[in-house]
Amino acid sequence: MDPVFAFLALLTTAGAVAAVSLRNLVHCALCLVVAFAGLAALYLQLNAQFIGFAQILVYVGAVAILIVFAILLTRGSEPGNQPILSSSWQAGLGVAVLVLGALGVAVASSFVRYYPVSPAPQPTVRELGEQLMTNYVLPLEVIGLLLTAAMIGAVIIAMHEKQGPR
Amino acid sequence: MQEILDQLFVLLKAWLVGFFPLPWQPLVSILISVAALILVFALLFAVATILERKGLGRIQNRYGPNRVGPCGFFQPIADGLKMLIKEDIVPSGADRVVHFLAPIALVAPVLLAFSVLPYGRNMAPIDLDAGIVVFFAVGAGTELAVFMAGWSSRNKYSLLGAMRAIAQMISYEVPLILSSVTVIMIVGSLRPIQIVEAQAGYQGWLPAWHVFTPWGLAGFLLFAIAATAESNRSPFDMPEGESEIVAGYFVEYSGFKFALFFMGEYFGMFAISGLAITLFLGGWHAPLPFLEKSIPSYVWFFVKLFGFIAMFIWLRGTLPRLRVDQLMNFAWKFVLPMTLLNILAAGLWRFLPAGATRWLVCLVILLGAFLALGRSMVARRKWSPRKYRFAE
Repeated sequence: MDPVFAFLALLTTAGAVAAVSLRNLVHCALCLVVAFAGLAALYLQLNAQFIGFAQILVYVGAVAILIVFAILLTRGSEPGNQPILSSSWQAGLGVAVLVLGALGVAVASSFVRYYPVSPAPQPTVRELGEQLMTNYVLPLEVIGLLLTAAMIGAVIIAMHEKQGPR
Repeated sequence: MQEILDQLFVLLKAWLVGFFPLPWQPLVSILISVAALILVFALLFAVATILERKGLGRIQNRYGPNRVGPCGFFQPIADGLKMLIKEDIVPSGADRVVHFLAPIALVAPVLLAFSVLPYGRNMAPIDLDAGIVVFFAVGAGTELAVFMAGWSSRNKYSLLGAMRAIAQMISYEVPLILSSVTVIMIVGSLRPIQIVEAQAGYQGWLPAWHVFTPWGLAGFLLFAIAATAESNRSPFDMPEGESEIVAGYFVEYSGFKFALFFMGEYFGMFAISGLAITLFLGGWHAPLPFLEKSIPSYVWFFVKLFGFIAMFIWLRGTLPRLRVDQLMNFAWKFVLPMTLLNILAAGLWRFLPAGATRWLVCLVILLGAFLALGRSMVARRKWSPRKYRFAE
């Protein structure tokens, strides 16, 4: 295995595991950022520059800040006193193993494996832009509309306070 | 001779790299670039601090530092030594690991941002297809560092400062990116080198820089405003607001960690000025045709950079600090609509035939928007006693 890939995979996995197992929620959020950054580095290693940097821009720059603010605004940053593992963790582990087994069998016996491996494309930013503006223009517009609607909805919810008595 | 002078550093690097065996050469080449970047910008940081203190002193009718060395110009060395030997104090309630990591997480992304800027002919440390995206992506990383610093200090002033800084940086990141989109649209590339090359040549005496077009001028001004806010410089320095929250997100830092925050702020200023130069001011091209050959390209880049530093110092010495609500209103009600209309103007500029018509159309759109938005912002204000909803 490529040592760079091994390092990045280890970093991403460690970040993800820490994000669900640490006590302090802000620490969890910061570890999640490590996992995001590791994913971005994995994209870069696959030579997908634009996706990799867009991942950093969106996830490390915006989503992480959103998560951190949500944590700070909704609850205190003091760690709770409940145990990290829930009481039924054995059952959860069993379900996880079953799902992994089922998925593994499904993938192993599917015909996807027999498809010829297509040569890796060189996705330049220009090509991505051209595809988005020609073949995928409708999905792009639909997503744009959806996000605008969601944003207007969020603004209306936030503005509700002003309607009340002053 | 002029050719050699222009390519001096490129040739020097090639000569140094030549000493190493072939498989090592890419690594050595990158290491030399990194060392040069850190050295040049650390030096520039020292020069900028003394220039700023001197300049502010001059504006405020006092001397500024004048004790260390000739005219006080060795002051940064003394300051650096002081920072290094000062005690590093960590508050007992602080989150030690995050508190330690925050300054590093602030400075490292800014240094990464330096790597995509072209400093001269053939002098871009790395040539990436998505260079501009890289710049903005690593710039987004600094917001998290600011949060880490503010939160881990366990101090309400630092947390308030971090909140202010993040709100400001996120608000002004949108117009920052949207105002640079115009250049990307016209050039048709995200490669910084290609953007600089698109601004080569002269129309008569006027260089073909983007700033000399209506959309370019508007874009440049909007970019400069957003850049000032993004680098937390005065008049947008509420995150530090000494009169209200002591020093913002780095109250609880001392010694070299504080110096790193200071350095991060200046490095951010240099990086964003470098991007403005690349996008709008013709990168390393000379302002007049006969200067293009006689003076090396990298000199022009740094002359423009010093121009930006002087402008930042001048602004800081002249303008009072804004209020948080003024800042937010300005970002969302004026700068953002202007950048969106500027994108429209740039699109029209691209498809209208060259000549006076497109100048007129673009100017009418931009000036009309400027006047209408400005008037509406002034007109809608009802002057009445302020009501404090939360702080009573």
